[in-house]
This record gives sequence, structure tokens and C-alpha cells, in this order.
Amino acid sequence: MDKLEVKHNPRSIINITDLTVEEIDHLIKTANDIIENPVNYQDICAHKKLATLFFEPSTRTRLSFTAAMMELGGNVLGFSEASSSSATKGESVADTIHIVSLYADIIAMRHPKEGAPLVASAHSEVPVINAGDGGHFHPTQTLTDLLTISRKKGSLNNFTIGFCGDLKFGRTVHSLIEALMRYKGVKFLLIAPPELRLPKYMKEKMNAAGAEWQEFEKLEDAMPDLDVLYMTRVQKERFFNEEDYVRLRDSYILTLEKLKPAKKDMIIMHPLPRVNEIAVEVDNDPRASYFYQAHCGKYIREALILYLLGLK
Amino acid sequence: MNIDGLTNGIVLDHITAGKGMRIYEMLKLDKLDCTVAIIQNATSNKKGRKDIIKIDSLIDLNYDMIAYVDSNVTVDIIKNGKVVEKRSVNLPETLTNIISCHNPRCITSTEQGIDQIFHLVDPERRIYRCAYCDTEYSEK
Repeated sequence: MDKLEVKHNPRSIINITDLTVEEIDHLIKTANDIIENPVNYQDICAHKKLATLFFEPSTRTRLSFTAAMMELGGNVLGFSEASSSSATKGESVADTIHIVSLYADIIAMRHPKEGAPLVASAHSEVPVINAGDGGHFHPTQTLTDLLTISRKKGSLNNFTIGFCGDLKFGRTVHSLIEALMRYKGVKFLLIAPPELRLPKYMKEKMNAAGAEWQEFEKLEDAMPDLDVLYMTRVQKERFFNEEDYVRLRDSYILTLEKLKPAKKDMIIMHPLPRVNEIAVEVDNDPRASYFYQAHCGKYIREALILYLLGLK
Repeated sequence: MNIDGLTNGIVLDHITAGKGMRIYEMLKLDKLDCTVAIIQNATSNKKGRKDIIKIDSLIDLNYDMIAYVDSNVTVDIIKNGKVVEKRSVNLPETLTNIISCHNPRCITSTEQGIDQIFHLVDPERRIYRCAYCDTEYSEK
């Protein structure tokens, strides 16, 4: 039989809900083991190739995937923006992925159009990891967030998390809420201006899951109850007029002053990049966990790559 | 009004009054060679008024398309002048190439050759979401 004719039906990860709670727990365990025993993993992906296909730039996510594969002893190939790819010649996503999947063992793909990874997964001979599709899904960011909370708080059950800033368009917020709804005893405090409140369909999902949630307009009102504070950027372009933006912008900036009523063991997270929503003075507060969070991103991506390759 | 009975054909009955033309357009019945009759605002025992479509040929029907427009429709298949089958239609769980996503950020706006797929997420409110971008479908 001609080996090149064999068709594969690989598993891809488009959304965090493609992974069960048990699988996420397994990935977290693997990531923790990699952190503790990196030498055990440094050659595990020898001779394997990760293709990073970034149709729009994203330096941090791409470097995180690249570093992850290199630490596992594997190789990386790909492109970092669409102008470097055959997309400029009008090649479809389906064709590009089909061909790259013949050269690599696993693909991490970022694309500006929502749903592109779903198309990719249907045409790939190897697993596809969605590294972000427009404002839609970003499952490895959610895995990063879950690993961070798990390591810092010891568990993904029984804590209060506050989401602050843009809850309407923030894909990382929606994704993390969807993931955390599956755990026990998680209380959600939603801190946002009326223009940027969490969409109704997300609240309906939380209600259907029996999740406890409450809305706030002021960060200060929610702060004393938080075990985790997840900050997001309030973008000017989300407002119809500049006056509203300027009026609201400062309400959702985190400063040391605003942290005064917070619990001593609260953690502060942010998917990055941060612009001005977390003041630089906060970086030295022991509760600031956003750089720790970015570091976790590398390890959870290593765990996911190993899992999808069937190596762990 | 008298419309002749069918020998071999299909009757789409109990169409909600006013939706007959929409079904006619979506099924592209204007492209058929056979006789097609649309009856608007016929008297209905159940609902007061209804539309009816009679097709004088045993064509293949897209039941998902019919159900999407109006899940009240009943389909009577007529052979040799007799009703041999009566079918009701159910709101489909998935729509394929019946409606198109209007989200300009969706991959379906640029990628050639992919099906337009929508999943039913709320049967009571008849809400469908695009399988690719999860945007709720709206006629506008």
C-alpha cells in the first residue's frame, strides 16, 4: 500500500469546550510535570514538526508555541503573517492547510476570520490547534488562564473571579467563563460599563449551568470579594463617542490605590498585551500574576502538543 | 375557486398564510416545467387562513428548507390520484446551504467552496447560529 495515500482523521482543538474537564485536568498535570521535570521532556518530540501558520501577526502567541515545541526537542516551520504565505496568491485556507499538513505533524493556526480553524480541521491530515480566530475563540489562552489559576489557587473549584473591562467583545473572557462554568463553586463578578457588559447569551449559558454571577459598574465595589481579578483592555474603538470612552476609561484602570481593599492572596491576571489598564506600579505587587500567566502559556502549550500527538 | 386535482404530484398544505411565496421562491418552483399553483389565504379549519402550493409532478423536495420557512407545513404525496404519503416537517437541527452567514468577519465571506452550515440552538425561538463563527442568523 502506498503510504502517501493513507488518510488520517486527526483531533483538532478549535474551542476550549472541545476538551473535557478530565482532559483539561490531565493537561494541567502534564504541564506541572514538565515544569518540575523538564529534562524528561526535552527530547520527547525529536523529529516532530510543528507548523505555526499565522495569517495575522501575533508575536507572543507564536513565540510561545515555538518555544514550547523547541523545549520538547521538536522543530518549527511556518509563517508569521499572511503576506508571507500563498494567501497572497488567493489560495484558500483549506488548500494551504491540506498541503502544510503533509509536511508537519501538528499545526497551530491563527487567522483573522472567525471559523477559519474549523475549515482547517476539516482539511488537515494532522491535528490543528486554534491559536486565535478573529474575535472568536482562543483556547490555548484559556488553558493558560486555567493553569495559572490552578497553580496559584491550588484548584479550579470554589473561588470568586472578577472579570473587569471589556466583557462584551473580550473573547478570552467568554472562553474562560465557559471553561470555569464546568467547575464547582465558582462565583463570577462581572465588572464593566453598561456599553461593555457581558452579552445576554453568555448570561443565559451561565444560568443554564447554574453558575452564580453578579454585575458591577465599579471595580472598587467588587474588589474585596475577589480571589482572582481578570483585567481586560477597554478599547476606544468600542465606543460610539470619545467622551464616553474618556469618562469610563479611568474607572477600569487598576492602580495600587484601588488594590487596597483587595485580599492579600488575590491574584491579578491579564491576557496581555496590557496598555494602560494595569498601572506599571502594580507589577511589583506580589499579587500581579500576568507575567507568570504568560510563562504558564508555554508549558500548557507543551502539554497540549504532547496530548494531540499521542505522546502524553 | 377550482383547482384541478393532481394525478401524480405534491401538495404543500397548511402553509401559514403569507408564507407561500417565500416557500415558492426558496424551492425555486418558478424553474419547474410542470404546473405549479399557489393558493393564498385559503380557508383553514384549524387556523382560519392558510396558503397551499400544488405541484403537478413528483419532484425531490428540500424538506429542511420547507421546515425552516414554516414548520407547520404538511406534505401530501399523490400517486395515481390518491394520497399515498402525508408528511409533517420538523425544524431541522442543522441547515446546510439554505441560509448564508452575514457576518463579514466569518470565514464563509472569503473562502470558496465551503458549505453554509447553521445549528439550531434554541428550538422555541427558532434561533440558528453559524457553525463557523457562532453568529446568530438574522434575516436582515
